[in-house]
Amino acid sequence: MIRPYLTILTFLCCFSFYAQEYFPKNDGVVATNTNYTAFTNAKIYVTPTQVIENGTLLIKDGKVVATGTSVSIPKNTKIIDVSGKSIYPSFIDIYSDFGIKAPERDSGSGRSAQYEPSRSGYYWNDHVMPENKAIDRFSFDSKKASEYIKAGFGTLNAHIQDGIVRGSGMLVALDSEGTNANRILDDHSAQYFSFSKSVTSRQSYPSSIMGSMALLRQLYIDADWYAKGNSKTKDLSLEALNKNKSLIQIFAAGSRANLLRADKVGDEYGVQYVILGGGDEYERVNEVKNTNASLIIPINFPDAYDVENPFLASGLSLSDMRAWNQKPTNPKVLAENNIKFALTTHSLKSPKEFKSNLLKAIEYGLSEEKALESLTTIPAQLLGKQNTIGSLKNETYANFLITSGNIFDKKTTLYENWVLGQQNVIEDMTIKDIRGDYEFRLAGEDYKMSLKGELSKLKSEIISGDNTLGSKVSYSDNWVTISMTTKDSTKQEFVRIIANVDSDNNLRGTTTMPTGNEMSFYAKSLKKEDDTKSDDKKKSKDSTEKVFPVTFPNNAYGFTELPKAETLLFKNATVWTNEADGILENTDVLIKNGKIAKIGQNLSDNSAKVIDATGKHLTAGVIDEHSHIAAASINEGGQNSSAEVSIEDVVEPGDISIYRNLAGGVTSIQILHGSANPIGGRSAIIKLKWGESADNLIYDNSPKFIKFALGENVKQSNWSSYSRFPQTRMGVEQLYIDYFTRAKEYDALKKSGKPYRKDIELEVLAEILNKERFISCHSYVQSEINMLMKVAEKFNFNINTFTHILEGYKLADKMKEHGVGGSTFSDWWAYKYEVNDAIPYNAAIMHNQGVTVAINSDDGEMSRRLNQEAAKSVKYGGVSEEEAWKFVTLNPAKLLHIDDRVGSIKVGKDADVVLWTDHPLSIYAKAEKTIIEGVTYFDLKRDEMMRSKIQNEKSELINLMLQAKNKGLKTQPIKKKEKEFLHCDSMDNEHHEH
Amino acid sequence: MKQIKQTLIVLLVLCFSSAIAQQTPAPKQTKDIAIVGATAHIGNGKVIENSIIIIKDGKLLTVADAGIVKINITNMETINAEGKHVYPGFIVPNTTLGLVEIDAVRATDDDAEIGTYKPHIRSLIAYNAESKVVESMRPNGVLIGQITPRGGTISGTSSIVQFDAWNWEDAAIKVDDGIHVNWPNSFSRGRWWRGEDPGLKPNENYSKQVKELQDYLDQSKAYNNGDKKITNLPFEALKGIFDGSKKLYVNVDDEKGINDVINFKNKNGIKHMVIVGGYSAYKVADLLKQNNIPVLVQRLHKTPSNEDDDYDLPYKLAKLLTDKGVTVALESSGSMERMNARNLPFLAGTAVAHGVTKEQALQMITLNTAKILGIDDQYGSLEEGKSATLFISEGDALDMRTNVLTHAFIDGRDVSLESHQTKLWKRYSNKFKNQE
Repeated sequence: MIRPYLTILTFLCCFSFYAQEYFPKNDGVVATNTNYTAFTNAKIYVTPTQVIENGTLLIKDGKVVATGTSVSIPKNTKIIDVSGKSIYPSFIDIYSDFGIKAPERDSGSGRSAQYEPSRSGYYWNDHVMPENKAIDRFSFDSKKASEYIKAGFGTLNAHIQDGIVRGSGMLVALDSEGTNANRILDDHSAQYFSFSKSVTSRQSYPSSIMGSMALLRQLYIDADWYAKGNSKTKDLSLEALNKNKSLIQIFAAGSRANLLRADKVGDEYGVQYVILGGGDEYERVNEVKNTNASLIIPINFPDAYDVENPFLASGLSLSDMRAWNQKPTNPKVLAENNIKFALTTHSLKSPKEFKSNLLKAIEYGLSEEKALESLTTIPAQLLGKQNTIGSLKNETYANFLITSGNIFDKKTTLYENWVLGQQNVIEDMTIKDIRGDYEFRLAGEDYKMSLKGELSKLKSEIISGDNTLGSKVSYSDNWVTISMTTKDSTKQEFVRIIANVDSDNNLRGTTTMPTGNEMSFYAKSLKKEDDTKSDDKKKSKDSTEKVFPVTFPNNAYGFTELPKAETLLFKNATVWTNEADGILENTDVLIKNGKIAKIGQNLSDNSAKVIDATGKHLTAGVIDEHSHIAAASINEGGQNSSAEVSIEDVVEPGDISIYRNLAGGVTSIQILHGSANPIGGRSAIIKLKWGESADNLIYDNSPKFIKFALGENVKQSNWSSYSRFPQTRMGVEQLYIDYFTRAKEYDALKKSGKPYRKDIELEVLAEILNKERFISCHSYVQSEINMLMKVAEKFNFNINTFTHILEGYKLADKMKEHGVGGSTFSDWWAYKYEVNDAIPYNAAIMHNQGVTVAINSDDGEMSRRLNQEAAKSVKYGGVSEEEAWKFVTLNPAKLLHIDDRVGSIKVGKDADVVLWTDHPLSIYAKAEKTIIEGVTYFDLKRDEMMRSKIQNEKSELINLMLQAKNKGLKTQPIKKKEKEFLHCDSMDNEHHEH
Repeated sequence: MKQIKQTLIVLLVLCFSSAIAQQTPAPKQTKDIAIVGATAHIGNGKVIENSIIIIKDGKLLTVADAGIVKINITNMETINAEGKHVYPGFIVPNTTLGLVEIDAVRATDDDAEIGTYKPHIRSLIAYNAESKVVESMRPNGVLIGQITPRGGTISGTSSIVQFDAWNWEDAAIKVDDGIHVNWPNSFSRGRWWRGEDPGLKPNENYSKQVKELQDYLDQSKAYNNGDKKITNLPFEALKGIFDGSKKLYVNVDDEKGINDVINFKNKNGIKHMVIVGGYSAYKVADLLKQNNIPVLVQRLHKTPSNEDDDYDLPYKLAKLLTDKGVTVALESSGSMERMNARNLPFLAGTAVAHGVTKEQALQMITLNTAKILGIDDQYGSLEEGKSATLFISEGDALDMRTNVLTHAFIDGRDVSLESHQTKLWKRYSNKFKNQE
């Protein structure tokens, strides 16, 4: 496909700039070249903001000597006149794996997970490799380099894209003809991080993003401790991390959500990462801005989906469709918000795709100046190399581009890309532009010819009279060759023409007729096809793509503007207070400033929006003690204890389950860590404030919780894993005793004031011992439940909640005595051996014994119907309706220690309420309004309106996609977005059945 | 409400005093039974407020308005059911009850044989009539089930059983009633273990898979037209779908798939076809109605399968189809489907909350189901001459608060409402009571 003259010609000049002076020379004489090269009459972009018209660029020894309009040119200068052309500093990409061999995936076999590290003398976790150096794996890749050069790049910062701590990168100039001696500009440039494990090791920890975050935190603590000389052993990883501290720290987050997570970790340890984003930053740009991080931004804008088949297209989600529509605005939005960012080719299939995406970003509003900055001065500055690359200031490397004009114009030709003063020719500068219309005569006939397309890929159209003749054309070195069919279409005959371009752009040469007769050829150039340009411009202005507004969250049912708290007066409701007042008929409730202000008869408030609740029921919002929705990961199962991780790190505010739970009257949930290990992770207790940021969902001054788990899951009974302790319930007890014993000793040492190595995991366990953190423990059978209570008693604390607790009814008396609550399923059983004795009367029996009982979901579907699940306690065991209702409101609030704020309708409490169409325990009830702190987050009427709005927006987007396809743009196959529910035993990136 | 509570307490006391083993199937009816004064929900949409129901020899002798029809019941066992409700026994179609005892214990799993085309695989002989999960159906009024094998493209042959039996032979109501097919999916998943995107993409092999199924049917048709000198068990098993003695149940959810399935039925001259699942069936409802194809609607208690779908789309699927005149019954397959099957009445309750009437919803778990399964000559409604398979509930059986059974009858047999679970309930309630 690639024609020979399209490949880059690097002219190895008759001299070399970089002869190494102390190297012996045996192939000739030492010939030193001290000449200059000057480019004159150019428009020179010294920086994106400092532009010289008609200036001169003078270079020598691979560096810029001077730029300006009155540069004095020494006599020993080779002058290249580039009048009419522009010179730009070449581009820089600081997120690349150029020249680095991809790490090989560990091919180890065996189904059991690996818990131990594979290395010694390094950090205990294989995925932490700050000691890695890109330079050690580097081998200049000329083929790849030529792709980058054609895309306008001159320097790349490459690193080994593998592991959580990836070690240092290297800055390399794309000088294919030079040697590593000159093209390696820095062999130790920036230190790289990510949340992803190394492919080279099967060590199981961390198995989740929250685990990666915890690992990084502990790593920083350990590095500091090591630096202070506290370690008795050698750790080459920690040494390297400490040594790399002075470098720029670059974090490959890869998405907006992970960008925020990375920044959070960095902030805690005084590190401001430069962060690789995901191109979705525009969705919540304020949060991104608040990180103060500089960013590296990919521009792999998605292709339109192929929506011609409506059956398949119906599987496409609005959020995926919007991504196609909105993502090209990302660079513009970042620029408008004064967020500093560099652009990268990362995640593009090839640097070839860079220009079209960049032009798209500009078409969608990114200014050309910002675009240029993001490719030159900013990446240089982010690396701390602004004095050597990224501009054409004096003394910088002579890395620059020569173009036919504005580099951000589609029509502009990139002629040459100079790297370290070495010329790389992409298109011949001296070639004449012969595109346009011609006429010629041949054997008495008149012909019209037009030449179109790119100069290197010209297309011809030749017409004589009414006939369009088949023709082919090629063009190089100002010589054009044409072959065309004769008018007689019954014959397969060709006329061949070869012609040279004269100074007036006329073509002169020779025609060879099918007979072999030769005659002279002259084609007169007519007017140039200038109008196409203006045509195009007009077109693009008219058809500026419609961009749909971002919503919060940016998917179906999101809010265009975040809703605000209102003063609301519910008139004439049946009010389930959950307090001593019980259920009040015909009662008014006033909500003001996000709180329940008044409860009574005939209330009024002038500022209030009045809601007629006649025949309807008003209750406190449903609280789910055990949920796994709205989280990016649930289990850190890489170790048997993961107290160091926290679900608060991975809350996902855009999860559609939040909206669906609101539609079921749910207002607060505890997102629990899963049950992959006996000591799980810390919880996030959140309110379902649809549209708000992750941080705003989490309770202020949230009570501290941690998940523990017992039984089959922690023993790993139901999947093939036999290597992790514990494999029996006997082992589970010892594991707890071991951890709590160590936590106790740790805490004592810490409190003694003596030096100690801070350990996040033990800190968390010490919080439990100090009664600052509560345990919610996944549990099924009575033996282990009893065991954990005894372990807790031994360490002088109480278990707060047994969750699931399906055999709680067998030892409800002991639970009562211990003071632990039970949060159970209404009627689940028979899904595994340990729930064989689970009975739906469990809640009733525990309740009757005085245990605080909640009904939970552990399931994103059932949580939408928790009111019905509570009602099952009326059926199974005859719990009164009033008490049954508390099972999903006040009681979970008590178990979560948030009952001072929510869980009942009481003056002064948060206005987290639900208006039901019917008796809330009845199967016929629907949530009509779900309100949190006075803000209506779900409303049946709004939901109805949203449905048609969503349909309209999708139809419009489908139309736009069809238009895009008709324009000949690339499309991608439909993908169907799924909601995969996470359960107790869900792992990141894995698919498990419950 | 108060009344219900009191009854519950009475019940509780009653239960404690009974020491009968729970799992023993009830003996044949010997004495005529009269249920007097209940609100009878016939199952065909009709309600008799103050009813009299006479059961004789396992059949419904009389179902009438007690205010109009006077009958001498002195020699009968009389149940005063004033204020209570009588319903036909609920029927759960497309279930694996009795085929799996404990999901996670592989040794107890018998619901899916290996292979792709296995119409000859019969569920009935693996049905465990003594399953602890099966007996937990009865206290909620679920008395009949269609025991259905899973897996492959043609999963096998189902049979219909009642839930109070000594063994599968006793349990059987209709043997080998239908063949079950999983229609190829329009979307398929990338093989993530080979580094492919694990997301759902259009299934490139869809047409090929459909053709494969068609070829299989062509082959079995040809076989059944031939002399059959050498027996082919799978082909033999498919005979019934061509001669109309077996129904063909096709599991399919997407719009294109349902369209294709309708064409498939007509092309192959399949007499009785039923769509199972039918998430998008409402979009093809007119065509389904025209072709007289009923739908066993997927468990209503599901989340929408697309992010943008109405939050209540699964809840209202039955309503959307009913409005278009399609015959609808509710099924409950899916995650933890066996233990969950007892919540069948509450699926019907959910359909009510989202648009249909209570009697319509009841039909979807009684008479409509019986019609679809082909057992409506005997089951599915409280009509004279039919089997006396019914139950008495303290209140509205579609609402969990009031679905509290006092009696259940299968073929006139007064079946136990006890189970492993009620035994444990009593055992531990007593333990704590005795501690006081």
